[in-house]
Amino acid sequence: MTKPRADILVVIPCYNEESSIQNLVNDIQSVKKQHNLPIDILVVNDCSKDNTLEIVKSLDCLYLDLPVNLGIGGGMQSGYKYAYRNGYKFAVQMDGDGQHPAVELPKLLQEALRNDADIVIGSRFLEGKGFQSSFVRRLGINYFKWLNRILIGKTIHDSTSGFRVFNRKTLEIVNQYYPDEYPEPEAIVLFGLNNLKMKEVPVEMCERQGGVSSIHSFRAVYYMFKVTLGIIFVYIRLKGKYGKCSPIQNSDT
Amino acid sequence: MENVVPFKIQILSIIGTLVFMYFIIRQIIRGKLREEYSIVWFACTIIFLIFSFWRKGLEQISAALGVFYPPSLLFLIAIGAIFIFLVHLSIVNSKLQSQIKDLSHEVAFLKANKTKTTLEQSS
Repeated sequence: MTKPRADILVVIPCYNEESSIQNLVNDIQSVKKQHNLPIDILVVNDCSKDNTLEIVKSLDCLYLDLPVNLGIGGGMQSGYKYAYRNGYKFAVQMDGDGQHPAVELPKLLQEALRNDADIVIGSRFLEGKGFQSSFVRRLGINYFKWLNRILIGKTIHDSTSGFRVFNRKTLEIVNQYYPDEYPEPEAIVLFGLNNLKMKEVPVEMCERQGGVSSIHSFRAVYYMFKVTLGIIFVYIRLKGKYGKCSPIQNSDT
Repeated sequence: MENVVPFKIQILSIIGTLVFMYFIIRQIIRGKLREEYSIVWFACTIIFLIFSFWRKGLEQISAALGVFYPPSLLFLIAIGAIFIFLVHLSIVNSKLQSQIKDLSHEVAFLKANKTKTTLEQSS
C-alpha cells in the first residue's frame, strides 16, 4: 500500500471519547517533538455517537472511521492491520480515554527498540505508582495473572493493560487473528503460545479522563466469564495447532 | 367417533405440511431463503408428511423404543431438531460477524485512502 512516513504507529481506539481525545493526541505530538520520535498517530473511531470524529478530523493525526461498531478488539485489529499493511515496524496501543499518559510512551518505545522483546506491555503494578485501579479489578487482574501462568508458564502482572507495543512479528499474527471483545488477557495467551517474547515495563497510569468504562457492575461477571472462555479456547486451538510449545523465556524486569 | 377425529387431524396435518412446503419453496424462488438453509426445513416437512400418512407409525416406533406416550417421542425429536438448527444458526451468525468485521476494516481503509487522495488532489 502506501509508503510509511514513520516506523512506529500509535493506534488509539476511540468510542465516544470527545472529551479526552484532543488532549491525548496533542500530548503525543508534543512528546514526539520533544524526543524526536518517528511516530504516526492513528485514531480508530469505532462509530462514536458523539463528536469524536469531527474532533479527530481537525487534529494532526491519521484516522480510520469504522462503518459499524466493532468493539475494542475489532477496532484495535483494524489499526494493527493498517500498521502491518503500511509497513510500520512497531504499533503501539494507547487507550483513548487518557488512562495512558503520553509521557510514558518513550519508556515503552525505548524497550521495544532494543529488540529483545516482541511485545512490550506497560504495567501499572510493577512499581505500584499512579492509578492502581479498584480492589475488585485488581482481584480480576490477579486471577488472569494466575490463569496465564498456568497456561503459558509466564507471569504477566498487568494482563489487562492496553498500553502495549507490538513489533512486526507480532503484527503479522494479530493481522490474522485478534480477539473481538475484551482482547487484552486473551491476546497474552495467544502471544505466549506463538512463542513471542513479552516484557513488562513499569508505567504510571491515570484514572480515565472521560468516557465510560466498558466494564462495570453486572458486566464484570460477564467479562470474567467471557475472557476465561476466550483464553481457554484460544489455548486449546493453538495447542492443537502447534503441539507442545517450547518453554518461554522469562523476561520479567 | 374415535376413527373420525384422527382422520380429520390427518387431513389437517397433510394440508398444513403442504402449505409449509409451498411457503418454503416460494421463499427460495423469491431469493429470500438460501437453498442450504432450506434443506433442514424440507427434511422436517417430509418427516411430517410421512407421519401424516402413516398414522400408526409413531405409535409403532414409540412402542419399539419403549416410549409409553407416543406424542412425547414427537416432542423429543422436534426439540432435538430445533436445537441442532439453532446451533447451526449460531455458527452461521459467527461466520457472518467475522466477515462483517473484515469488511468493515476494508471499508475503513478505503475511506482513509479516499480522504488522503482528495486531500492530495486539492493541495
